[in-house]
Amino acid sequence: MASNWRWFHQLGSPKWFFEKSAKWLPWLWALFFILLGLGLYHSLWVSPQDYQQGHSVRIMYIHVPVAALSMVGYVAMAIACTIGLVWKMKMAFAAARAIAPVGAAMTFLALFTGAVWGKPTWGTWWEWDARLTSELLLFFLYLGFIALHSSFSERNKADKAASVLALVGVINVPIIYFSVKWWNTLHQGYSLGTGGVADEFKPALFIMIAAIYVLFANLVIMRLRAEVLLREQKARWVADWAKGSEKGVKR
Amino acid sequence: MLLTLLKRELMIARRNWIGLAIPVFFFVMVVSLFPFAVSPDAPVLQKIAPGIIWVAALLATLLSLEQFYRTDYQDGSLEQLVIMSSPTLVASAKIIAHWILTGLPLVLISPLLGVLMQLNYGVGYDSVAEDHTVVLMLSLLLGTPTLCLIGAVGMSLTLAANRNGMLVSVLILPLYVPILIFGASTVTASLENFGYNGQLAILGALLLLAMVFAPFAAGRALKISVS
Repeated sequence: MASNWRWFHQLGSPKWFFEKSAKWLPWLWALFFILLGLGLYHSLWVSPQDYQQGHSVRIMYIHVPVAALSMVGYVAMAIACTIGLVWKMKMAFAAARAIAPVGAAMTFLALFTGAVWGKPTWGTWWEWDARLTSELLLFFLYLGFIALHSSFSERNKADKAASVLALVGVINVPIIYFSVKWWNTLHQGYSLGTGGVADEFKPALFIMIAAIYVLFANLVIMRLRAEVLLREQKARWVADWAKGSEKGVKR
Repeated sequence: MLLTLLKRELMIARRNWIGLAIPVFFFVMVVSLFPFAVSPDAPVLQKIAPGIIWVAALLATLLSLEQFYRTDYQDGSLEQLVIMSSPTLVASAKIIAHWILTGLPLVLISPLLGVLMQLNYGVGYDSVAEDHTVVLMLSLLLGTPTLCLIGAVGMSLTLAANRNGMLVSVLILPLYVPILIFGASTVTASLENFGYNGQLAILGALLLLAMVFAPFAAGRALKISVS
């Protein structure tokens, strides 16, 4: 096996991941807080008011990142499920299980911030617009994944069944993405790229998107660590680790 | 092989034909509740008819899914069938049989509901306007197989789960939404004298997409569930 695939095999080892991620996490959290500080500074002070929306345009800096992550999270979950089903990698199933609640939280935040933003700009909390609706459906898909996964007594079956569901549901993600073009009712178009937001809003938006990406990664890694402990509870190294943590030994 | 499995399904159904009528009764009864709840006025009924009839068809399909694998799973014959042939084949036979036994009757009874819901209100015999009932039937004809296909995936997934009934609804209702949107909007477009071929084409496209992917997904899920 070529050595450039080594990281992939290592990632498949729960023990390796558990030990390494303990070292990554402080750095990732530091990165997140730096990005968040920078992003907040840009979005709350540097970035101008919108000539129509006034200060409420600043909701965009949280709304767009969480909305992006809600979709990216679902795709990441589906990719993890595919890896799990095809190569029978147990870490992939654990990862999908770890991503689902975080992704659901991002989707909820996207809907919530969207409602808060919609009130001053559109004059309504909710509108049955295509994109809002499909975001709501994405939220339901996440809940379905979590519900299905939690209703099996055997974890093995739960992993596989929920993975099939995730793959079926992933068809919904492109529908969300292109729904703006298909039905194009009230929701504005893409935020990035041509015809999107004006240049003076972009730095803050990009920094915030990066910050939320890092936050997402952190939360998933933390959940995945817990998931690994749960799944590997019979393994020797977990017992050793637990004994070490009881005594307060530095790991 | 597929034909043998299909024959088996149809024979079992023929011996328990009252069970087949229940989804149809349900469909008619749900729709006939709405004049009581909303208003018996013909223009109002006509306006809400496409949505009501489509939602009722969707719920009837959803509830009839309960019987999809139930008895075969309980007496162990489902496992034998999966071992004997392939899970995809078993799922395909079940899907086809399920559509013939519950989807098709819904399509055939829908003109009656069109009458109840005043679908052709304002369209006289001498008028050149469309017969909206035909459009309703066409939309259901293209839409209900997709509902069965997606429902089969949901049933296969939840077969071995601890809580069956509500769970399958939670899983597949979000996936039913596109079909509902285009199914109901086909009839609405016809009522408003717009072209509805586009919506029918999308319903057909969704059906083809589901025909390609759903049997395999259902088969895969079935294998996981009975293993």
